[in-house]
Amino acid sequence: MSLDLKVKIGLEVHCQLTSLKSKLFCGCSSNYRGKPPNTCVCPVCLGLPGAMPVVNRKAVEMALLIALALNCKIAKTTFFARKNYFYPDLPKNFQISQYDLEGGEPLASNGYVTFTVNKTRKTVRIRRIHLEEDPGKLVHPGGIGVSPYTLVDYNRSGIALVEIVTEPDFESPVEARSFLQKLRSILEHLGVFDGSLEGAMRCDANVSVEGGGRIEIKNISSFKDVERALSYEIIRQKDLIKKGVKFGMETRHWDETKRVTVTLRTKEEEQDYRYFVEPDLCPIVIGDELIEKLKKEMPELPDARKERFIREYGLPEYNAEVLVGERALADFFEECVKIYGKPKPIANWLMGDFLQCLHSLDVSVSQCKVKPEHLADMLMLIDKGDISIKIAKKVLWEMMKTGKTASVVVEEKGWRRITDEKFLLEVIGKVFQENSKAVKDALVDGKAIHYLVGKVMEITKGMADPELTNKLIREKLAELKND
Amino acid sequence: MKLYWLPAYEVKQKILSQELKAEEVTQEIVERIRMVEDKVNAFITVCEDEALKKAKEVDKKIVKGEKVGVLAGIPIAVKDNISTKNIRTTCGSKILENYIPPFNATVIEKILAEDAVIIGKTNMDEFAMGTTTETSYFGPTKNPWDLTRVPGGSSGGSAAALAAGEAFLALGSDTGGSIRCPACFCGVVGLKPTYGLVSRYGLIAYANTFEQIGPMARTTFDCALLLTVIAGWDWRDSTSVETPQKSYVEVLDGELKGLKVGIPREMVGEGVEEKVVKAVYDYVFRLEEFGVKWEEFSLPILNYALPAYYLIAMSEASSNLARFDGVRYGYRFPSDGNLDWNDVFSKSRRDGFGAEVKRRIILGTYALSAGYYGKFFLKSLKTITLIKKDFEEAFKRFDVLIGPTMPILPFKLKEKIDNPLALYLCDIDTVPANLTGVPAISFPCGFSNGLPIGVQVMAPPFREDLTLKIAYKSEKILGFDRFKPNL
Repeated sequence: MSLDLKVKIGLEVHCQLTSLKSKLFCGCSSNYRGKPPNTCVCPVCLGLPGAMPVVNRKAVEMALLIALALNCKIAKTTFFARKNYFYPDLPKNFQISQYDLEGGEPLASNGYVTFTVNKTRKTVRIRRIHLEEDPGKLVHPGGIGVSPYTLVDYNRSGIALVEIVTEPDFESPVEARSFLQKLRSILEHLGVFDGSLEGAMRCDANVSVEGGGRIEIKNISSFKDVERALSYEIIRQKDLIKKGVKFGMETRHWDETKRVTVTLRTKEEEQDYRYFVEPDLCPIVIGDELIEKLKKEMPELPDARKERFIREYGLPEYNAEVLVGERALADFFEECVKIYGKPKPIANWLMGDFLQCLHSLDVSVSQCKVKPEHLADMLMLIDKGDISIKIAKKVLWEMMKTGKTASVVVEEKGWRRITDEKFLLEVIGKVFQENSKAVKDALVDGKAIHYLVGKVMEITKGMADPELTNKLIREKLAELKND
Repeated sequence: MKLYWLPAYEVKQKILSQELKAEEVTQEIVERIRMVEDKVNAFITVCEDEALKKAKEVDKKIVKGEKVGVLAGIPIAVKDNISTKNIRTTCGSKILENYIPPFNATVIEKILAEDAVIIGKTNMDEFAMGTTTETSYFGPTKNPWDLTRVPGGSSGGSAAALAAGEAFLALGSDTGGSIRCPACFCGVVGLKPTYGLVSRYGLIAYANTFEQIGPMARTTFDCALLLTVIAGWDWRDSTSVETPQKSYVEVLDGELKGLKVGIPREMVGEGVEEKVVKAVYDYVFRLEEFGVKWEEFSLPILNYALPAYYLIAMSEASSNLARFDGVRYGYRFPSDGNLDWNDVFSKSRRDGFGAEVKRRIILGTYALSAGYYGKFFLKSLKTITLIKKDFEEAFKRFDVLIGPTMPILPFKLKEKIDNPLALYLCDIDTVPANLTGVPAISFPCGFSNGLPIGVQVMAPPFREDLTLKIAYKSEKILGFDRFKPNL
């Protein structure tokens, strides 16, 4: 049997609306990261008896903005439903979510997203978009296998999540990953989401290989892991098919550490969530005026921005694509252009050394200590001839680590190119005195001058302007000849 | 007359005029509770210290000449499913035996802002699931008119406290008749407001779609006073609306001449005790003397009211009560670490909930399960839509609908507790108001062998004023507010 079996992949993406100030159904701060456990909580998000949810209107607007950006059809009326299941991270033992029930629809459906993968354009369909609340977080001190108990932190409980479900239109893991990157950039451009925050985007995937059953993989938390988990799962399934092993629908768990998927439950054990309308919330009527208002407020999206980068800044398509792949990077680029004015070198620096530095330091563009004005400053130093490209690379690293400006780094490290003729002449004089043989050689053989230049560089720790040094040495040699 | 029998309004006047201190009033009620509580068991928690503290504060305000609220110094009993900050709120259940809410229900904020004195938390059927107050983990409440009989439920503690002179006002909650049934059995006034008129924030939910917090009192005037305080939009309850009426007290007076009353035959038909039917008709005949016109008519859709009600109520309950798992609060099955969360959850729930609650959780879970949702839940919703339509039609013909509150007289303790179906059937006349969301009041219209009989008046949505006006006039005509039980 051929291993060239067709693969179908669908994604279920959960994105926190990180730009919201408060949670989906209460006034608690949504800025819970790094806070002591159970300090961003109230009766509502703790599910205390008698507490009632109130819909965060801003969350609905943000979700609608996403739906519009993903070309979805917006529901006229939408409502919340309870998804009932017992789990220790769910304070009410049901999650307020949305569902297709008689009399209502999810917030939006039937959209599409176009993205680039291996230089070709690909479109996937969006099945539905809806709003729901995030559960709390289970903590196992010392690790899940070691800890004799489980702690629950409800700070995350009630954070607004947008669930985006695609049709099974992906044919390879890399397509899924490229889509997620595009989705992230769109959400960031909408100003509703910061993808650099840990756990802000989480993903479940379903995969089916021709001749096998539909397998759902839960708990994938990074783009890289989406690709890894899917690749693992496809190989596993192909292997089973090759061996003639029959398998049906199943839900599996992605183990990030071991990088394998393991069985969570089979079809027979599938949960019955007993959805029904959340009786404490009223249906939400989405008026045309609101949609018109949101359309007017729609910011520039990655595709349009990419075109503009090509048009306005004369960037090659690939560079434009990479820059708008992350909103913070594209913003950084444009800020820098405003100050420095030459788009191409900025783009080259950003896509080269800048991203490399971020990667090795494991920080995001927004967390990075180098600001657009810092990079512009550095580029101007290069232009002025104060530093060489080689030194500039070192300067960038220093800036990344310390947050100091290029000028300060150059000054402190003594990395400025020496162009002071008087000073250089003094150094050359000293070199001539100490290397009389080399001077004699140079007077005869022009090539021997390199030795003398090298000596000057040695003394100035490489900071002497090489051209000027060359010129001054030649002049001095000429003087000697004339004598 | 003893102080504890006075209407709340008169007591308040005495406190304002400094004829009585609020502290004395509270002290009097505390004494009364001490005297009769052994027999009645109306309270789960009596808040003597907090109440006296609050009463003293009110006295201070009055002495200083500061402005005081409209409930200044009035001891009020609160049903134990309404969250009270720092006062335990048990819902009549073992699972919440030691639960102390860190926040107040909106209605509690409102009564405290009007300087009421919370005297205690009243007994109730566990999670408001019952018609007799016998499903309480804290033992049954007894009917002050006959201690061998049930006080009705689920707000049986609130009604009995009023009837026994243990409070001047009370808050109850009504999901399928839980205010009106005990008001009827205990001979007091109880109003279920229009759905949305009173904030449910802080009310521990049984069936969100149907329930409302409502006022209970010995007189209609007091009932109107309490409704005025608790009604109104609350941003914390998305299903609440702004009240159309600033004061329900000011609209009590008025003639009933020309009022058109409809009596649904289904409410006085099969299964309704003859004594009850007679009392209701006697009452209607009296109204006739005051120019009221009445007519019997048929509402056949009411035959489907009970199944539709119980299906939705139990479904919602199964979800509402899922949170009681022992993790954050409430009873937790003792585990030395060898049980996983699944076991701790189910053992806590097994031991924490009583039989009736478990019965409703199981039935509700079943009704919501895949394959049954359409057959049961959706069908019930459709039935409710039809009942609402028929009510709208009825209210085009009639100003109000009148019928018995309960089809039977207060029965003996333990008489029906082992027959849940018989108990469910007792809600036949009260459930329609919850399904349709309309306001409904119950007040005494007669006595039979020393047991009170209640009549129910239902009005179009947000016409609480009309129900109160009729009750107020009826009280004057009939004078049943003068009778007190011998304890």
